[in-house]
Amino acid sequence: MSGEIRQADVLVIGAGPAGLAAAIAAREAGVERLIVLERESEPGGVLRQCIHNGFGLHRFREELTGPEYASRDVERARALGIELWTDTTVLSVDGERTVTCVSAARGLTVFSARAIVLAMGCRERPRGALGTPGTRCAGIYTAGTAQRFVNLEGGMPGKRAVILGSGDIGLIMARRMTLQGAKVLACVEIMPYSSGLNRNIVQCLDDYGIPLLLSHTVVGIHGRERLTGVTIAQVDAQRRPIPGTEQELDCDTLLLSVGLIPENELSVGAGVRLCAQTAGPEVDDALQTSVPGIFACGNVLHVHDLVDHVSSEAARAGRMAAAFAAGELAGGESVPVLDGDGVRGATPQRIRRGVGEAVTLMLRPAGVYRGAACVVTCGERELARKRAPIFTPGEMVALTLSADAAASIDGPVTVRMERS
Amino acid sequence: MTGEWSMRSDICIIGAGVVGCALARVLSRCEADIAVLEQGADVAEGASKANSGIVHAGFDAQPGTLKARLNVEGAAMYPALCKELGVPYSQPGALVLGFSDEDRKSLEGLLRQGQENGVAGLCILSREEVLERESALSPNVRCALAAPTSGLVSPYELTYALADHAAVNGVRFLRGERVERVERTQEGLWRVMTGRGEHICRVLVNCAGAGAEAIHAMMGGAPLRIVHRRGQYILLDRMERLPVSETIFQCPTRMGKGVLVTPTVHGNLLLGPTAEDIEDGFDSSTTAEGLREVLERCRISWPEANTRLSITSFSGIRAHEERGDFIIGAVEGQKSAYEAVGIESPGLSAAPAIAEMLGAQIARECGLRAKASIAAPIARKKPFHEMNACERAAAVAENPQYGSVICRCEVVTEAEIREAIRRPVGATTIDGVKRRTRAGMGRCQGGFCAPRVAELLSEELGIPLTGITKSGGESRLLTGTIGEALKGGERQ
Repeated sequence: MSGEIRQADVLVIGAGPAGLAAAIAAREAGVERLIVLERESEPGGVLRQCIHNGFGLHRFREELTGPEYASRDVERARALGIELWTDTTVLSVDGERTVTCVSAARGLTVFSARAIVLAMGCRERPRGALGTPGTRCAGIYTAGTAQRFVNLEGGMPGKRAVILGSGDIGLIMARRMTLQGAKVLACVEIMPYSSGLNRNIVQCLDDYGIPLLLSHTVVGIHGRERLTGVTIAQVDAQRRPIPGTEQELDCDTLLLSVGLIPENELSVGAGVRLCAQTAGPEVDDALQTSVPGIFACGNVLHVHDLVDHVSSEAARAGRMAAAFAAGELAGGESVPVLDGDGVRGATPQRIRRGVGEAVTLMLRPAGVYRGAACVVTCGERELARKRAPIFTPGEMVALTLSADAAASIDGPVTVRMERS
Repeated sequence: MTGEWSMRSDICIIGAGVVGCALARVLSRCEADIAVLEQGADVAEGASKANSGIVHAGFDAQPGTLKARLNVEGAAMYPALCKELGVPYSQPGALVLGFSDEDRKSLEGLLRQGQENGVAGLCILSREEVLERESALSPNVRCALAAPTSGLVSPYELTYALADHAAVNGVRFLRGERVERVERTQEGLWRVMTGRGEHICRVLVNCAGAGAEAIHAMMGGAPLRIVHRRGQYILLDRMERLPVSETIFQCPTRMGKGVLVTPTVHGNLLLGPTAEDIEDGFDSSTTAEGLREVLERCRISWPEANTRLSITSFSGIRAHEERGDFIIGAVEGQKSAYEAVGIESPGLSAAPAIAEMLGAQIARECGLRAKASIAAPIARKKPFHEMNACERAAAVAENPQYGSVICRCEVVTEAEIREAIRRPVGATTIDGVKRRTRAGMGRCQGGFCAPRVAELLSEELGIPLTGITKSGGESRLLTGTIGEALKGGERQ
């Protein structure tokens, strides 16, 4: 460290789909001193290992693979001359927007940024968080780790697998393992519904005859050195195993797809307040966190279902960060957005009063709703309503308040599910 | 000879737990050729890796027992030993909580016992004094015994450091060698056979922990009986502020010291252990009932105990000898045979003193001469995680691999992982790297770093990625490459 502090107008942490989209939007908004910091050796984030297709249907009206989707943003960022530091790990961010990072090539570097966009993504919930009893043998992986081994390292994590949890990565890996010659015995989900996208259940389980066992969980893990089997059991409405329903499955691999956690250690270090529902920062409609000048987008903000949503949200964060850096972002009073009946983690958590543009709210239903509507109200007034044949926790709901509706907000806003 | 190797030494120690490694280090000060055989893939694979990590003050053991004497002596050696070896150690103290009049009597008994054992600074605190010190504790607490000399250590890091220091002074460590047979040669030497080779030595020492009963019998010792007592633990993530600043015990029972709530030397919170007698001394699995019991019993001390921040759960096996005390010294009726068995709690606390005591006896009875000079331990480098900005900048400037962060949760760099593999008794497995560097010990439990650690192991050890194991034996991470799997897969 030379002791010198580098200045940046906008600093983006993470070069996954969120960070890339934020950086592109910031540059297009005219930001000169713009740097993206990425801990991996290539940009693209988790998309690099998502070699299946299905990305970009909303944004590009095409079905792309993860690397293809990422490469469009990477190329655009290159064309715009955006400075990207790979192999660079951010060690700390503080409330004054000082960022310390380290890399083998550049050593320790300290930045002072006018605005920061947090785009660090999320991590998978590991086995330890579940408290599943048994041995601590090899052969137990989070689905994403297994995906990395298969798709980036060319290694097979096992031959006979059970998937615990029906998150999207778990579903994708059920198919991937099968295509590579492994036998996937079952996908076991503790809830009475899947937390993954319906299209993934059809295309990754049903098409390969892999049973999805709802209201089941793994209650025992066996094998001293390498996994030799798991015990599964049915659970009751309180998610407690029902005695007598145990079944033994012989397998050498257990893949966990039991939830994603926004990775906010840096955010917390900067004093950013987190939302208990999303485990991501609390933000206003400009995607600004509780710390002025620090913005958040993508899976670090809340776990998304589709990358297309990540990109559009991140582009907004990039534009807002650019406006903040230029001293042009309107601040002022804001009203809270509250989770009403059947709603989890509506984001943003606050809307600025008198905001002069449309505002998109994103949320997940707390359960499965058929023939229901998602409704946004301010006091007695209804601001927006969305109907769908089915709402499930696996698919996010995006609700847009028109510019007029947003401008009319004069008190707390509530989002709720309404059964017809 | 059959097998892959045949080797000779003056002294062979069976078992590379904390006792075996501490003894190897003590004996390495003598002119003798020493080897340590360990069945696990690494040192500290048994009880030494899975325990409470507490250096007990020494009030628990009955006066006059080896446990009492060696606990107090060992605990007194800890500060200087850990400083010399560069092992994290702290002395936050401990409280034993009392919740009833009966408990108060037990605590007074422990106080007297502790004083008789020579433990300094013990005193009984009132309810108010307890809650003022530790406000997260249950308001039902009535009184507590305070033990200011109670300490914390990372038990496996201590064992690694002891082994490394012994190795620097010439001790050979053979890991993955399970002793299957022991016999006398015609010359009256010991022949120790593992599945892979044989070892001829003059003096044999049994430090085999949970396996000590079997080795004792192979050496021709009079029957002894080890009860395997399993203890299950839950480890919680670091938090902004831990609920307790010292080790919180409950009144001890016949089965042990009860369930405790303690900070670890790395700033996590550890809950446990249970005490269940089991048949198989190597069955370190956890059970739903055990983990539930840990939580319920912790709540007696700390009502807010929950598993929201749980990182992992594990269990360790304490080797309890039926008569209740450590057995240390010559194996009765056998020449050139020594042992340290039944080393359950406070075995970690006592280990340095056990090693000195047994080492001195062996040196004396076998006529070993002291070496003219002893090499100092390899200096432990400060972990990147603990460095300040200037130190970090300097570290990267000197070795750019410090700039490559492999484990993001615990901020462990490539330089540190390579160093852990290259140490005298270096890491050869994912778990070995994890326990030496903390890579994979954090909240993601290796989800992100395990593939990269595996690559570094593969590169440093010169073995293919598919040969890398979690913890030796058949614990391979990968069952093959994707091409192979398609050819020989099990898909029906």
